[in-house]
Amino acid sequence: MAENEDWLYEINAKQHLIHLDLKEIWRYKDLLFLFIRRDIIAAYKQSILGPLWYLIQPLFTGIIFTLVFNNIASISTGGAPPFLFNLAGITMWSYFAQCLNNTSNTFASNAGLFAKVYFPRIIAPMSQAISALFKLSIQLFIFTCFYLYFVAKGSAISPNYTLWFIPFLILIVAVLGLGTGMLISSLTTKYRDFRILIGFATTLLMYISAVMYPISEVQNSKTLSEYTWVVELNPIAILIEAFRYMTLQEGIFNWGLLGYCALLSLMVFFVGLVVFNRTGRNFIDTI
Amino acid sequence: MSVILKVENISKQYRLGTVGSGTLKDDFKRSWAKLRGKEDPFLKVGAVNDKSQKSTEDYVWALRDINFEVRHGEVLGIIGKNGAGKSTLLKILSRVTAPTTGVIKSRGRIASLLEVGTGFHHELTGRENIYLNGAILGMTKAEINSKLDEIIDFSGCERYIDTPTKRYSSGMTVRLAFAVAAHLEPEILVVDEVLAVGDAEFQKKAIGKMKDISQGEGRTVLFVSHNMASIQNLCTRAILLDNGSVRADNFVDKIIQQYLQPLIEKEKNNFKKEISEEERILQGQLSIEYVELISGKGKNELPQTGKSLIFKFVMKNPRDIQTNRVKFDFRIDDQYGNRLLWFSTSTSSNSLLRNKPLRSIEFLIKKLPLNQGNYIVTTHLMVDNIVSDWSKNAFYFNVLEGFFYEQLVEVSVQQAQILTDYEISIND
Repeated sequence: MAENEDWLYEINAKQHLIHLDLKEIWRYKDLLFLFIRRDIIAAYKQSILGPLWYLIQPLFTGIIFTLVFNNIASISTGGAPPFLFNLAGITMWSYFAQCLNNTSNTFASNAGLFAKVYFPRIIAPMSQAISALFKLSIQLFIFTCFYLYFVAKGSAISPNYTLWFIPFLILIVAVLGLGTGMLISSLTTKYRDFRILIGFATTLLMYISAVMYPISEVQNSKTLSEYTWVVELNPIAILIEAFRYMTLQEGIFNWGLLGYCALLSLMVFFVGLVVFNRTGRNFIDTI
Repeated sequence: MSVILKVENISKQYRLGTVGSGTLKDDFKRSWAKLRGKEDPFLKVGAVNDKSQKSTEDYVWALRDINFEVRHGEVLGIIGKNGAGKSTLLKILSRVTAPTTGVIKSRGRIASLLEVGTGFHHELTGRENIYLNGAILGMTKAEINSKLDEIIDFSGCERYIDTPTKRYSSGMTVRLAFAVAAHLEPEILVVDEVLAVGDAEFQKKAIGKMKDISQGEGRTVLFVSHNMASIQNLCTRAILLDNGSVRADNFVDKIIQQYLQPLIEKEKNNFKKEISEEERILQGQLSIEYVELISGKGKNELPQTGKSLIFKFVMKNPRDIQTNRVKFDFRIDDQYGNRLLWFSTSTSSNSLLRNKPLRSIEFLIKKLPLNQGNYIVTTHLMVDNIVSDWSKNAFYFNVLEGFFYEQLVEVSVQQAQILTDYEISIND
């Protein structure tokens, strides 16, 4: 029989290094939406406050930060009200942290599913990054409410013309969180140490990400001058600073630095993707 | 018919022992070999996957050089003992894990019914889970929409469809899951022992659906089961896996024979049958030590159609459990797994009332109603209504052809497997 080679697909022992089959992901778009829906619905089922938790978390963190860092440690937040300054940082940071934490659990939490059916594995972390947007939008809404409250009270804050860049800023944060998360989730399957590491590493990371202080404060500090680069080159710190500049006119905003963040995020994303794909093919055997 | 699935030289290697210790070293060796453009050093090692023998190698081949083709519309059965590599093969085919070597080429989407109900989220309602599960199995939302009523109807869960599935009984969950899976429309369907789930009525429905899928709709199906009857019913061709390689690829009847032959051969002329430990599901304080088959008058006669046959179950009873606490029954299946006869102490009024330790139970069949062939016995022993010894496929026995009726007519197996006495009255 003459074999014409019009196969729909092949399963190979080997795979291209970077494998991102967008056509296939598009075919599974319904699954992506259903995963997002599931994550949002199931997160607070059988809890009394439900999505209100999305509100309570940043609110209380904001209050505590303001008390500790601004009232006790008296860190200067420039012209912006300290609470709003902290809320801005927390909003951005918690989106990044959620992307990172949830996607870094991809393999562990989906083991049962991955063991039985095939779908493009990347759908799982992607849905996490997108469903985290839901929380982000609620938190942005709270931020806006307080913003208006402080404006009404007569605070000298006004948004910047760079405000249009916010969606792209969020995209960069998402890509960075997703990439790092995928990288860690892959490492976790083989070496469980990373799961323990990621728990406190995110907390430590928060302290060098300019969440509760402006970068300028670090630069002005005499004792830490040698280590300012840790914060200055930290993409999350740069992104949070940029967000505060857009909304509160407070902080460093530099297109070059943002370009550096975007480039770094893409790099992390692709490295994460390569490792993630390789793990996804065989991880059932190692778990 | 054209080839829809082509499996070429598929092998799968597993590492034995714990993953973690030592893997980092092996990982480095691997990467180092790759950097220098050399072959993976660990692909050369690896023993044949024989589980009974302790291997000295750390790596084992679960599958080795599997080659076969499936044609469009074919229902291919995959048969093999536990651990022959069936599940690994299905996992690779359904892309859950990647092969170590080899290529699989496919002209159609493959969807699997590997343990149905994957991705069910217990907080979501039945309806939401239909969508989620359908999408996980590769359906689009539009496809699910068009089949939603049919799926709900097939599952028989209409009343609970808007209730979270955590409130479902396990049977309902399985039915709902199977309903979704059964309405998938992939070009190639992979089915693994789904028929083992659910109640009898649902199993019938499931088998019917499988038949529709494979025959009516001309879908290609790969079917794995231990139930030879459903394999024979559904499949046209089968492959026999043994220790990770394809031992035979032929018409389904021939493969089933080939699969069963060694099992039957081993026990054919044994009058005293030990129950193999592998088949024992449960063993408690009272258990069967061995079984004796006494046919006709002498001890060295094989069971024969129409002759008397005694099943003598000799018990291992170290705690001297008394007879009146015991309930025992056994079943005779044909070699395809069809259940034919059932015997139980509960059907007899004078049995097992005494207060003495149980040593053995005899069942006398005055006239063996089984036609020539191979049979499998499943035993079930209870003490105080708690299972104490339960062996599926405890032993095989062979029945020789013989005369059941006074007229000395031999009834061929094609006519019937079971015979019974009857009277004819003719009215002129």
